[in-house]
Formats: sequence, C-alpha cells, structure tokens
Amino acid sequence: MIWPAVIIGSLGAYLLKVSGYVIPERVLENDRLKRLTAMLPVALLAALVAVQTFSVGTALAVDARMAGVAAAIVALVLRAPFLVVVVVAAITAAVLRGLGLAA
Amino acid sequence: MFTGASQFALVGVLGAGGGALAAIVTALLLGARNSLYALSLRPYLATNRPARWWNVLGRAQLTIDESTAMAIRYSPGSRQARHAFLATGLSVFVLWNIGTLIGALGAAALEDPRTLGLDAAVPAGFIALLWPRLRDRNMIALAIVSAAVATALVPILQPGLPVLSAALVALIAERLLARRAP
Repeated sequence: MIWPAVIIGSLGAYLLKVSGYVIPERVLENDRLKRLTAMLPVALLAALVAVQTFSVGTALAVDARMAGVAAAIVALVLRAPFLVVVVVAAITAAVLRGLGLAA
Repeated sequence: MFTGASQFALVGVLGAGGGALAAIVTALLLGARNSLYALSLRPYLATNRPARWWNVLGRAQLTIDESTAMAIRYSPGSRQARHAFLATGLSVFVLWNIGTLIGALGAAALEDPRTLGLDAAVPAGFIALLWPRLRDRNMIALAIVSAAVATALVPILQPGLPVLSAALVALIAERLLARRAP
C-alpha cells in the first residue's frame, strides 16, 4: 500500500495547487478558508511532532527521541537552519543511545 | 509529491504503521495551503497575454512556500516576480528531489536507523517546519492542544488517526477564533 499512497497523495497535492490557479477567485476568497489553511499546518505539524516523539506503534514511550527534539528546539531558538536542527536532534539521540543513557 | 511537509507527513504516517488513507488525508490537509498560495500568486505571475494551460500546469508544480515567498517580494505582474518564482521553484525542485533520491538509496544501506538517531530526526524535521508558523499566541495554543490531543489518542486509535485528530482541533479552534473576533 506504499506506492498507491505515494501516487494518490502526489496527484492530490498537485491538483490542490492547480485548483488555486483555475478555480474562480471568489470561491477561494473566503476568510474562513484562509484562516483554516493557515491553522491546519500548525495543528497537523504539532501532532506529528508529538506522535513521532512519543509513540511506538500504539504505545507511548519516553526515549532518546525526546532528548533529540529538545536539542532541536534549542537549535531553533538559536536560529539554526533546517538541516542543522535535524542533524543536532539525530546526533543527540545517537550519542545518548551510544552511551547507554537512553533507550 | 513536491511539497515538503506533506511528503514528510505521508512517509511519517506510513512509517509509523498508519493506513494509506490516513497518510493521504494528512498529506493533503497539509498541502491545502498551496491552493491559496496559487491564488495569491495569480496577479504576481500574470502577463499581458492570458496564461497557456501548460504554463498553469508548470506553475502549479512549482507553487510551494519558498517560491511564493520569493515572488511576492516583487511587484505584481513584474518580470522580477516571475523570475524569482521560477528560479526558486526550479532550484528547490531539483535539490529536493536529489535529496529524496539520496535518502531512498541511503536508507537501504542502513541496518538500524535508531543507532544514528534518525528516528529523532523525524520529529525534529516536523518541529523545524512548525517553528516559523508559531507567529502568535493563538497558533502556539493551537500547536500545544493539537500535540496533547494527538498524544492522548495514541494508545486508543489506530496509528495515523491521532495525527488526523489535529485537523478536528484546528476546525474547532477556527470556530472559537471566529466567534471571538468576527
């Protein structure tokens, strides 16, 4: 089910972009729609952060990932670029595991 | 799929054992903003002649956060706006897909991604995408509530659905916001 999901998801993402060019403006000129499209990424990304940090299948766990994300937040506060943020998180988790300090 | 957050989300939900449908819906809800980017880009990319259909299809593919941000710094309909859009869109497109290819090939060579801390890199990537969107108190509150609700639902729902619950949180939050500030 991976490739069908990738292909259908890609097609859908592309059609959303095309729709912005071809749908009459007044249909999309809607305050509620604008607010919602700004809010959806915030809500979904925050949920993805939480779930990817604390879930193992359908169980919750606190492990080296949390330390990695905490390090990522420090990097973001210091205005580090995207790639640095991601690498800092990975190194933090890898080092803690290597030292046997976290699962 | 050329819209970063959606690509990460699709892979993230599938990788965590979520269903294909949950993965697709999450990716598309994240990609819905591109539709409004396209709308706001229309006057910036307009020329004297009406746009041809292949122009529209090409522009659509390059419509992302970065190309929109670069184009709207110039005046609507100007050549600079079109060039900024094209240059940004094309260079991100090429580099992004090279990166995806390297990742796909590299992942096959890895034994356990956990040893390298790559499972921590995934949420770190999401929080880096989230960070610049936390512009005001409402957005910060929305992020905290969405994260808490999704975490609480992890033991109860199938993988993939806890993330989607955030879309409901956003819908409710939008109504609350609309009522407070009409």
